[in-house]
Amino acid sequence: MTAPAAPSSAAPTGARRARTAMAESLLPPIVALLIALVAGDLLILAFGQSPAAVFGLLLEGTWGNAYGFGQVLYKATTLICTGLAVALGLRAGLFNIGAEGQMVVGAFAAALVGMWLPGGTPALLAVPLAIAAALVAGGGAGWVPGVLKARFGAHEVIVTIMLNFIILALVNWIVAAHLRVPETLHTPEIQAGRVARLSTVVPAFHGSAANFTIVAALAAAAFVWWYLFRSRPGFDLRAAGLQPDAAEYGGVRVGRVWIRTLALSGALAGLGGINFVLGYKHYYEEGVTGGFGFLGIAVALVGRNHPLGVVLAAFFFATLSQGGLAINALVPKQFVEVLQGVVILAVAAAVPEVRRVVRLGVGGSGERT
Amino acid sequence: MNATDIAAQIIRIAIPYLFAASGGVLAERAGIVSLALEGFMLTGAFAAAVGSWMTGDPWIGVLCGVTAGALFGLVHAVATIRYRADQVVAGIAINLLVIGLTRLGLQYWFDSSSNSPRVEGFAAATGEGGLLLATLQNPLVIAGLLVAPVLTWVVYRTAFGLRVRSVGEHPAAAASLGVQVPRVRYAAVILSGLLASLGGVYLALDQHQFTDNMTAGRGFIALAAVIFGRWDPARAALACFLFAAAETLQIALQGAQVLPSQFVQMIPYVLTIVALAGLVGRSVPPAALGRAE
Amino acid sequence: MSMPHDGTSAPPAVAVRMTAIVKRFGPVTANRGASLLVPAGEIHAVVGENGAGKSTLMHILAGLYEPDAGSVEVEGRDVTGWTTREAIAAGVGMVHQHFMLVPTLTVAENVVLGREPRRGLAVDMALAQEQVVALGRQFGLTVDPRRRVADLSVGEAQRVEILKALLRGARILILDEPTAVLSPPETRELWRVLRRLQEGGATTILITHKLDEVMEISSALTVMRHGESTARLTTSETSPAAIARAMVGRDVVLGTGSGTGDRSPAGARDAMAGGRVHALEVQNLVIATPTRERAVDGVTFGIDPGEIFGIAGVEGNGQTELVEAIAGLRHVSSGTVLLGDRDLTRASVRERTDAGLAHIPEDRHRRGLVLDFPVADNLILGLQHRFSRRGRLDREAIGAQAARQVADFDIRPPDAARPARALSGGNQQKVVIAREMGRAYRVLLAAQPTRGVDVGAIEFIHERLRAARAEGKAVLLVSAELPEILALADRIAVMYRGRLAAILDRRDATTERLGALMTGASAADVLPA
Repeated sequence: MTAPAAPSSAAPTGARRARTAMAESLLPPIVALLIALVAGDLLILAFGQSPAAVFGLLLEGTWGNAYGFGQVLYKATTLICTGLAVALGLRAGLFNIGAEGQMVVGAFAAALVGMWLPGGTPALLAVPLAIAAALVAGGGAGWVPGVLKARFGAHEVIVTIMLNFIILALVNWIVAAHLRVPETLHTPEIQAGRVARLSTVVPAFHGSAANFTIVAALAAAAFVWWYLFRSRPGFDLRAAGLQPDAAEYGGVRVGRVWIRTLALSGALAGLGGINFVLGYKHYYEEGVTGGFGFLGIAVALVGRNHPLGVVLAAFFFATLSQGGLAINALVPKQFVEVLQGVVILAVAAAVPEVRRVVRLGVGGSGERT
Repeated sequence: MNATDIAAQIIRIAIPYLFAASGGVLAERAGIVSLALEGFMLTGAFAAAVGSWMTGDPWIGVLCGVTAGALFGLVHAVATIRYRADQVVAGIAINLLVIGLTRLGLQYWFDSSSNSPRVEGFAAATGEGGLLLATLQNPLVIAGLLVAPVLTWVVYRTAFGLRVRSVGEHPAAAASLGVQVPRVRYAAVILSGLLASLGGVYLALDQHQFTDNMTAGRGFIALAAVIFGRWDPARAALACFLFAAAETLQIALQGAQVLPSQFVQMIPYVLTIVALAGLVGRSVPPAALGRAE
Repeated sequence: MSMPHDGTSAPPAVAVRMTAIVKRFGPVTANRGASLLVPAGEIHAVVGENGAGKSTLMHILAGLYEPDAGSVEVEGRDVTGWTTREAIAAGVGMVHQHFMLVPTLTVAENVVLGREPRRGLAVDMALAQEQVVALGRQFGLTVDPRRRVADLSVGEAQRVEILKALLRGARILILDEPTAVLSPPETRELWRVLRRLQEGGATTILITHKLDEVMEISSALTVMRHGESTARLTTSETSPAAIARAMVGRDVVLGTGSGTGDRSPAGARDAMAGGRVHALEVQNLVIATPTRERAVDGVTFGIDPGEIFGIAGVEGNGQTELVEAIAGLRHVSSGTVLLGDRDLTRASVRERTDAGLAHIPEDRHRRGLVLDFPVADNLILGLQHRFSRRGRLDREAIGAQAARQVADFDIRPPDAARPARALSGGNQQKVVIAREMGRAYRVLLAAQPTRGVDVGAIEFIHERLRAARAEGKAVLLVSAELPEILALADRIAVMYRGRLAAILDRRDATTERLGALMTGASAADVLPA
């Protein structure tokens, strides 16, 4: 039943509107972090430890020393890519849960190129080739659910979930049957296309896996920002995500936007795969994603689908992930996995709730639409 | 392997799917997306192991398992119904949460990062009757074989089932007749958590221990069965048996190198995509699935 | 038609008495002191144009809305502000225009949902089916209880809706535009049912705007206009013409200038028309929707440069589909759409825009604006390709365009960075109009251009439409507001059940004639030979 809105004579002022918009985008992550903090405290207490000590150790082991920070950088690199992949999809109203599989094919394709190129290939040629392979492979894996949705109406959530398993099985089979180094579960090391570690420039990072892929990830974030807010396809994408009917009226072919967006989203996730293959281990192996495809959903959610927010959220989740190792002496490292779950659940629940409360506070949304 | 052994093997593989798919059917028929089946199963497996380990009584394990499953069903329900959280995100969050919690629990109770000690289960001694008879002595196997027929009856014959179907298709129409939509959905999602957790309970008690992430994607195979079975309890159960038969075949052919095992693993997922795209008989979800209101 | 009460019985008891009902939705007032008096056992029609407040009043009676002021009495009991559940318990049932049926369930399941007869733990479906059949037999509502609702015709689905209400003991039945979706034989069938119900003592309230139906079935009627009840008439003592007059109102002020006085000089118009090529020509257009095979059923017309062609009619007679098809948003079953001599029947939206078509859509919240986009971006919606180079949006050009149009069209507040959602209805519509009319175009589709906007904005929009005509544009104006059509259009067509019932010259068009055509009269009935 529609309660009669309070008779608000004037429309809310611009400042109030702006504050409302800010509250709507920033409040849910803040609320979620507070909830996670409380839940975390309780868990720590259950293990008979002091929350202050545990969180202190967590920060100390990540942002407190160069190695720890290097590891955070390394993990954030992957998370930026998968977070961008999910965020881009959500901007178009599409839920890409396939970042996991798209990242796998991206990593695998990069590894193949790196293996096949002759050893002496200059990095200036080999690295872009390997990256291009990752983008194309991931993009292809995203294109499939796009086409299935646009042409056959198959829901992208289910298709991308199922594709994750299919891709994983396929790549595993290829590796196991044809490419495996005997006695191991991984492919041979790549001949060309290695991305340098950051420690070659900043020696303090020595030992950490941080590498120059972070540059590619940050470039991708900048590109996604430009694409979303400065390009025509991005205009179409956002219109299709917000109001498909209005987009159609504005000459946007929504089905094409779906296909294009999921392909691009897949390419971004594929890019995440090079961090491990080109920058760290120099081969492909099962488990290359480390669950960071799924965690990309959390990153996008907490980052409110904005490239800048995604970068910040990626660092947050990377810190948690790395911090788990630092606190292992006090509480098991899986503690952070629980925190991640709590954060996601709390953000998901807080977004609609905050919108409801904030809009109620502004009042006067009584016009029927 | 003789025919009854093969039948026994198919049943043993199918039981976790049967429980989880039934849970999935129930929640999705009420309009709530069911991506948390994996988490519910893992919860059930862990709680059952703890319960059985503490008391030595597998029945206490079952009780702990279903209680934990129902509890996580409640969490999912509160998030998606009360707070209108995105149902897909909530499901994924629960899966991540459960993985973390069970690992924490492994440390907390068993001081291990990989598995629990041996716990009491139901398995009877394999003797004269062969594998099939032994399998059928497990009460959870009997329950698993009965769950689909019972759910069929509940969904299509009882008032609760009628209301579940109505709120998943056209909640406004149901509400206009005085059906309390949120209440029906709460019940369906909690029951769904309970049912799915039994799949995990069976796994843990059958293997006499809990191992890290022991459900290994079975919840998603169950989800595939739900969709491939077009949201119908009986068809979904048939899909479970089909997937289980494929796995059994793969095990039987192991070493024969007829078909790589990875291709057998793909079968449920490929079939689901094919069904969803309408390439062979369209799979149409409940109309209100995934919508907050 | 049998009279419900003969002269000897006592004055009939009052079934429903609604007094001075006020209902607001935010800035919109749907009911402003409406009243309704229905004696028990009567078939009572509530008539009025779209937006007159009929549905709101009935939703209040059925417990779906709570009135802001006024009182509701049912069978002598004050029930103001009751809930649906209480209304159902008290025997008030409503059949909604959009059926509240679960398509995947069977007829019997739909009917008993929420109060299922049980046998043990299970629903006694056999009993439910018997109940449906028995009730159906009693009132002539035959429908197989075992069939799935999705497989029923609309007429059958409506019977299920009525059965639902009857099974819950409804003595007062509210039907919201029940014939809108029915074929003539189905309508006759419905009348038979309503008379049977009446014989059983039931009261029926019927929302409609079809006067032939009112004359045929009702014993009395209430006319609503602008949220008020303007007349209560006894059917046998009135005429369709009198009802139409009460519906559309005689006290209409026809704007600042009537269409004929204000039109561009006829000579100029003919000159611009050139040979026989119309600016917009629609030939034999047929459009199917999921619910109706021929929602638009063979429509033909042409509009010349410098002409406003009005389409009047009660909503839901195919106007929406017609406009969307011309705009490229809806698939056409057969027929042609020509812009000048160019066939655009299968062209994309963008091709139509570039060929010179502008479109003010009827639903600006759903179609016309992306509400969370800033005003500046909304001002280029559909023109993205003109404001970008090699895939890159030209932010400078977009900003300049926005500044210009915010000034030209007096969009307030003059802040193009603010989201469209934050603007008032009138200013939102100005954004749409600025975008569509602030560029070079030849043909304008204006669908309900003044809906939900304040008086000042209405004036502004009307001025713009007249100016467009003076500049030689061809304008298709679709409006449910007769005064608007009469004030602006040079020729007026009336759309009824997917067809153009007649095309009148402005000087032949009167409120009465249009009202009659809108409610189902034929051109021959209305126009002098």
